[in-house]
Amino acid sequence: MNNQKDRETIESGHRRSNGEDSFKNLSGFKIKALYGPEDISHLNPETDLGLPGEYPFTRGIHKTMYRERPWTIRQLGSLDSPSRANERIRQLLKMGATGISLCLDMPTIMGKDSDDPLAEGEVGSCGGVAIDSIEDMRNLMEGISLDEISINFVSNSQSAVLLAMFVAVAEERGVPLEKLTGTMQNDILKEYQAQKSYYFPPRPSMRLTMDTLSFCNKFLPRFNPISISGYHLASAGATPVQELAFTLANGFTYVEEGIRAGLSVDSFAPRLSFFFKAHNDFFENIAKFRAARRIWAKTMRERFGAKDRRSCILRMHAQTSGSSLTAHQAENNIIRVTTQALSAVLGGTQSLHTNAFDEAVSIPTARSEKLALRTQQIIAGESGVINTIDPLAGSYYVEALTDQMETECYKYFNEIENLGGVISAIEKGYYARIIADSAFRYQEKIEKGKRTVVGLNEFFEEEEIDIQLREADPGFEDEKVSGLTDFKKNRDHALVKACLNDIRDVSQGSDNIMPALIKAVKSCVTLGEIIGVMKEVFGEYREDYIY
Amino acid sequence: MSRGRKKRILIAKPGLDGHDRGVKVVARALRNAGMEVIYAGLHQTPLQIVSAAIDEDVDAIGLSILSGAHNTIFPKIMSFLKDRGASDILVFGGGTIPKKDLENLKSLGIGEIFTTGTDTRAIIDYLNTTLER
Amino acid sequence: MKKKLSTDEMVKRLLASDRRSAARLITLVENEMDDHHKVMSLVYPHTGKAMILGITGAGGAGKSTLTDHLIGKFREQGNKVGVVVVDPSSPFSGGAFLGDRIRLQSHSQDDGVYIRSMASRGYLGGLSRATYDVIRIMEAMGNEVVIVETLGAGQDEVDVIHIAHTCLVLVTPGMGDDIQAMKAGIMEIADIIVLNKADLDGADRSLRHLQGALTAGSFEEGEWMPRVVSTVSAASKPEDLQGIDELAATIAEHQAYLRKTRAIDQVKYNRVEQELGLIFKDELQKIIFKGLKGTGKKREYIESIIEQQDDPYSVVKEVLNTYLLTGE
Repeated sequence: MNNQKDRETIESGHRRSNGEDSFKNLSGFKIKALYGPEDISHLNPETDLGLPGEYPFTRGIHKTMYRERPWTIRQLGSLDSPSRANERIRQLLKMGATGISLCLDMPTIMGKDSDDPLAEGEVGSCGGVAIDSIEDMRNLMEGISLDEISINFVSNSQSAVLLAMFVAVAEERGVPLEKLTGTMQNDILKEYQAQKSYYFPPRPSMRLTMDTLSFCNKFLPRFNPISISGYHLASAGATPVQELAFTLANGFTYVEEGIRAGLSVDSFAPRLSFFFKAHNDFFENIAKFRAARRIWAKTMRERFGAKDRRSCILRMHAQTSGSSLTAHQAENNIIRVTTQALSAVLGGTQSLHTNAFDEAVSIPTARSEKLALRTQQIIAGESGVINTIDPLAGSYYVEALTDQMETECYKYFNEIENLGGVISAIEKGYYARIIADSAFRYQEKIEKGKRTVVGLNEFFEEEEIDIQLREADPGFEDEKVSGLTDFKKNRDHALVKACLNDIRDVSQGSDNIMPALIKAVKSCVTLGEIIGVMKEVFGEYREDYIY
Repeated sequence: MSRGRKKRILIAKPGLDGHDRGVKVVARALRNAGMEVIYAGLHQTPLQIVSAAIDEDVDAIGLSILSGAHNTIFPKIMSFLKDRGASDILVFGGGTIPKKDLENLKSLGIGEIFTTGTDTRAIIDYLNTTLER
Repeated sequence: MKKKLSTDEMVKRLLASDRRSAARLITLVENEMDDHHKVMSLVYPHTGKAMILGITGAGGAGKSTLTDHLIGKFREQGNKVGVVVVDPSSPFSGGAFLGDRIRLQSHSQDDGVYIRSMASRGYLGGLSRATYDVIRIMEAMGNEVVIVETLGAGQDEVDVIHIAHTCLVLVTPGMGDDIQAMKAGIMEIADIIVLNKADLDGADRSLRHLQGALTAGSFEEGEWMPRVVSTVSAASKPEDLQGIDELAATIAEHQAYLRKTRAIDQVKYNRVEQELGLIFKDELQKIIFKGLKGTGKKREYIESIIEQQDDPYSVVKEVLNTYLLTGE
């Protein structure tokens, strides 16, 4: 392909009907018809790629990658009630899942007990589990070995309280804290940027995050205290490159805050983990994962002076794209999930959640959940992609795209820096604006037919295939509320009051909040009560910028 | 309604869920279609939504519910509107709402429910036709 | 399905503070619907007593959060409060995205507070003529205080000064350093300059700059010299707010000044003069276009101007002579 003229012919050909948006990836990069050696001529395989398991980890974080052990097959184990969720977790493990994610219901996410008037109609919602008290955590963890099964709590604003419950249950069961494994998502920054499940202003929230980080550092060395999540940014509308840039910038912010809280970078950075979306554009996704590792490694070493190689390793969990799934012809989602999952594997993820095909319509059924799990097992066991490590390294296209992802990321880092950093950018409405703009443009492209969605804007059919839906348990809410009422009745009320006063005092000061929280949950104080007191001290956050 | 009058639409997200991607896209699309969109934001109670709709004298209220709370929230809004003599305000909704619930919601007087994947032009057309009547 | 109340009935209910009627009458005047003039005649006798407070400033200066707290202050004093929040219409679609209610939520369930979002609908000065009428309806509704909040970043967007008795202009640290901003006329329209977000870096310097600029201005003996008040209006806890009490007191002081010096008469005079001008302009235009309608003359005039057979001034003179001076 050295002939310039041939080259031009190739680039100018192949115009599809999508007009100006032809051959652009989701980040809006123009993709060339052909990539060649000149596109990666500047690439130094040694310093830019390294070997798998070696700095800058572009080719993966382990020497052996999936040849030794495939990624963690992590599926959602949550259901409305803690005991039903517990059953489901056991079921998933029996079916071959190797990790579990747990979502919370809306009241728990918003720091409200099931008996809160605002919780009405939402207890056990969204396929999430309702956690009010230590009793719920006991039931949820019943019979699950806390030192073996890695549970990923999709918990953010309420993380300190949930961690306290988890620790309290472990202590009750005599499991040494240093053996506890698992992950707390605990990524508050992206809540203000995208997910919008915040209670307090950013700064007190950050203090709580740092309290959990310091606590885990000291007592739970195997537990991941923060999973820095781009997934939600992407779900809210951020493009893949925006997702990558914003997530990494958030990660750097946690590192800065940890250092400011007096921790040495190598003492906590190895326990930070990440969570990205595997979106529709196959190679873009792979490039995103590879660029993520390289940027993180370089920044940790060069900017934060990390000495421990584990501090430079970006470990990630990935999930296929819920927002790419359609309600129309829902079964098509099975294929979307499969290609997205494959890209996550080729991108070198450590852990993967495949979505159930029916989730754009309702809470997944046991059948669709199983199919999602089997999808990963088929990729791992049958496709042969795990036989060699990082098979796409050196691909002209993938390497050029990885570079471009990296370069574009730095443009966003600069913008954020110029706004005074991540928290300041949140307060100035930067993320709200960019993400709303991207979401609107994406929708516009679909509506104008500039981006194909099979079954929706192409190959549309009036006739809908009926799929079986999960029936919610209509009696659950009443049952949960009455259980909680009994629980609240039969506890030491003076002790509850004293614990809440302690929490108020510690919140006003600067001591680590965790001991007071652990004592409180052991004394049967509920999540909603604790958050209520904290709100009195920290105040409540309100999103001011509307786009 | 006289011709040339601007359509005023209150867009809100009731309940605890904060996923506001859809609601913001719709709000923008309606604005771009020449409507005046009053955006009431996240975490609104049914009572707040109804009061705002009355004060703003809107022609329609659009609600986004993804959390499954539609069977609780929609009836409350319809009943508050009725109590205040404002049942003439059109209520429409969108989100993750299973087919089996649609009929019941419509029987409450909800004008239309737009489920995931709806083209925003369908919503605009719907409002233009329904509100001109 | 819409219950058709007569205009008289709606006005009667408005005077009894009925929100639904107030809301509908506002829509009616905003859209200049049929009974618009009648409504205003019925409402007019019940106006003139409220204090009208203008709040303007650039986007992001914190106008709405400040308004939210001021509403609270006026409520504490036992006043009912009406609020008009004006945001720009999109010049492309004519639609608008009105999101300020989100920041005014503390009072969402208070019967003594009525909030209405309005789009500017293409009026360059930020406030449409209808704003004058909407304020009157809010007065007739029984609100002792009416707040008009409007975006005002540029030099010409000073309409609010013609409406308000007391005019607040919000600036934020950094902005006050800019001498251009001062020359831009913001300083001249403000009765009170609010340096909001006074907890940000550079606030002290901005405050000195603002005060310096004011002392450099020339004011007559006994004349109101604009005050600068520092505030922090966005805080998640009440104890972190700053300057709200002082601001409320300064507003009261300005009000007292207006009454004591009878300067209020001049404010009222200016407001009516301005309003009359606007109404004349609109109504005259209506009469003239009505006269031209169907005659094909409008097109002729425009083409003759384009072809340079005529100039705009001569055409206007001729049209005025035809349709106004000699009757329609």
